[in-house]
Amino acid sequence: MPNIIKTRNLTYEYIRRDEEGNVEGITTAVDHVSLDIRPGEFIAILGHNGSGKSTLAKHINAILNPTEGTVWVDGKDTSDEEAIWDIRQTAGMVFQNPDNQIIGQVVEEDVGFGPENIGVPTKEIWERVEESLRAVRMYAYRKHSPNKLSGGQKQRVSIAGVLAMHPKCIILDEPTAMLDPNGRKEVIRAVRALNDVEQITVILITHYMEETIHANRVLVMNEGKIAMEGTPREIFSQVERLKELRLDVPQATLLAHELRGRGLELPAGILTAQELVDEIGKISRKGNRICP
Amino acid sequence: MSIILDHINYIYGADTPMAVHALKDICLKIPDGQFVGIIGHTGSGKSTLMQHLNGLERATSGHIYYNGEDIYDDDYDMKKLRSRVGLVFQYPEHQLFEIDVFTDVCFGPKNLGLSRKEAELRAYDALRKVGLPDELFYQSPFELSGGQKRRVAIAGVLAMKPDVLILDEPTAGLDPKGRDEILQQVKKLQQETGMTILLVSHSMEDVAEYVERIIVMNQGSVLYDDTPRNVFARYKELEEIGLAAPQVTYILHELKKNGLDVDAAATTIGEAAEGIMQALRK
Amino acid sequence: MLRDITLGQYYPTESVIHGLDPRVKLGTTVLYIISLFCFRNFLGYLLAALGLALVIRFSRVPFRFMVKGMKSILFLLLITVVFNIFLTPGTPVLRLWKLTVTREGIVLAATMAVRLSLLVIGSSVMTLTTTPNNLTDGMERMLRPLKIFKVPVHEVAMMMSIALRFIPILLEETDKIMKAQIARGADFESGNLFRRAKAMVPLLVPLFVSAFRRANDLAMAMEARCYRGGEGRTKMKPLIYQKKDYLAYLAVLCYLAASIAVGRILF
Repeated sequence: MPNIIKTRNLTYEYIRRDEEGNVEGITTAVDHVSLDIRPGEFIAILGHNGSGKSTLAKHINAILNPTEGTVWVDGKDTSDEEAIWDIRQTAGMVFQNPDNQIIGQVVEEDVGFGPENIGVPTKEIWERVEESLRAVRMYAYRKHSPNKLSGGQKQRVSIAGVLAMHPKCIILDEPTAMLDPNGRKEVIRAVRALNDVEQITVILITHYMEETIHANRVLVMNEGKIAMEGTPREIFSQVERLKELRLDVPQATLLAHELRGRGLELPAGILTAQELVDEIGKISRKGNRICP
Repeated sequence: MSIILDHINYIYGADTPMAVHALKDICLKIPDGQFVGIIGHTGSGKSTLMQHLNGLERATSGHIYYNGEDIYDDDYDMKKLRSRVGLVFQYPEHQLFEIDVFTDVCFGPKNLGLSRKEAELRAYDALRKVGLPDELFYQSPFELSGGQKRRVAIAGVLAMKPDVLILDEPTAGLDPKGRDEILQQVKKLQQETGMTILLVSHSMEDVAEYVERIIVMNQGSVLYDDTPRNVFARYKELEEIGLAAPQVTYILHELKKNGLDVDAAATTIGEAAEGIMQALRK
Repeated sequence: MLRDITLGQYYPTESVIHGLDPRVKLGTTVLYIISLFCFRNFLGYLLAALGLALVIRFSRVPFRFMVKGMKSILFLLLITVVFNIFLTPGTPVLRLWKLTVTREGIVLAATMAVRLSLLVIGSSVMTLTTTPNNLTDGMERMLRPLKIFKVPVHEVAMMMSIALRFIPILLEETDKIMKAQIARGADFESGNLFRRAKAMVPLLVPLFVSAFRRANDLAMAMEARCYRGGEGRTKMKPLIYQKKDYLAYLAVLCYLAASIAVGRILF
């Protein structure tokens, strides 16, 4: 199958100006990034604030155009003005702030906003709104005002709003950064369901490591470049490298790392609490105690 | 010297049919120099409680004593209380407004009626305390990065030289490194100045790492008020109210269930690693 | 509390009034307001009040929500009443120091008070029972003929609906910034007018910054969801007149006829 998203040498630069408008310098936010994402993949992009991950994401939705290089979404070049609306429909985007992306005053009207824009017939809009709200388990709230919802619920409405446009790919730009732990769980559950059940390609940008455990592939960005790439297990086995990149790892991984540092022979890349418990169990059963 | 809350009740919109009993009979004593974590899910009343401590909200009934004086006495100087009890709101960078960082931090001390020189000294001191590099002092606060803005905003409260510092989710929206840097700075501040710190947080891991006492709020009441070890030992009850203990707590309890003789009450990675090694050596 | 302002707020429930076409409600509100200014006797206002009470009953919105909207104009109402009482020439009834209260003044003040109250409650009924989206849809449809004069009807309607959505958010934000500055020792309450105006700077600057940030975010989110103006847009809730809408128009006609008869409009 052809790649749903492909970038070659994607570079984005912007000019910094001082107060008088003179050019102070050029910042390269994304630096020669080449990416291939297959349909149905769940990709997580990690990186500290200012690493270029959000800028990269905005290129996939054609909100930004590359200074250099090319981005193709479902085979279409994002710098092609003609294709821009097709691209935005194919690759939907959910943003960080739950308040600043809901347009409707009632949940269902907000979800209908996207389909209205792309000219979907009225009857079908209603069908799409219903199925999208059900997919994120917000159907019961369809008549509610978004102002009365919790952060996690608002983000699920935003996801439904994108879903109603029948995208092939959803990019989520730090959707959980402003949520409490419960809201975060709700949103991640909804995102995983989209990927598992609806087979939608997911690109999840985050700095919460726990949220990337279920991804097929994790990319770590630093200074506009892809600094690390691999399965979550491969990435999280490099605790020291991640710390250098201003990131941290799930507590289970960190504890395993700490134990290894104290001489316990644990395999690298432990991700979940259960894995760690099992591995320690094996060691204690074998009775091969480490020398005191 | 301490803060004492005596049967505090707060009813929001008391005279309307939509009245919400936001705080229910809260009794607390917070001695000087303590580092306290306040946890609870959204809407549990933790932020409202914090706003009572510096008089921004007024309790419907009950008393708050700050250093032995009732802050609801008619002749109590609220403005002075606010300079003694500094409150850093959630996303505090949204309150920055001056043309440069330094002037913004001077806002608080100037409001206290201090001389220009004294205000500037305090501003300088506060900006140093939050670890902001000197070359940023005369930049517009709006041009800084998210983490830097937050430091400036915290400095804005520190410059009032409070004895108590309340931080309402100071790390929300920051990346992991930014999170650690801010919390470490706060810890250092507490150790160096002996300031009382109240840290409102969603992150059990953060709280476990830094504080000596945890207050768990649920539906407007204090559910637990104890050391991190004792609070997180109740991880099952915490789950019932939509909270969770740090992941290490779960790992240790699971190990113990599987027959490993380990101290399950450890709450930080270091303690847990030490405990597991000891158990395995036995 | 700033959050208590209900003008422009929707009250979600299911009722006959909620289900009406927004054009009916808009048209009726306009006619109702005009009628308020045309009555020439108190009987007319009684009729208007009765009509309004009936609509409120049907709308199933608790009456206190309407009254809440009144709070925000209480000051305006007071000024109007005071000015009318003291400044209308006519037969003196009462003398207070240098001010004279006249019979005409009392009548006029009472009329104005009743008129304003009915006007505000009447328009609140419309906004409380119609979602802003629906309302702007209605406006867009009614003003569509203006398009030939190059009036950007759709854009204006969209702007209004967004403004309405963000009012509560910005009010809450104002509340928060105000508290944060008070925590830094700011004083919004004392001092003369000049000092008070100056004290607003720490509130207004962050508020503007935040509003621009939100506007920027929202514009991006709208573009990402393929918004490109009114061209080629379909409607999730298209406006089609139903039987109940025609019945409502009939009821409005009856009201008009009654007002002309009772309120002595036109003759």
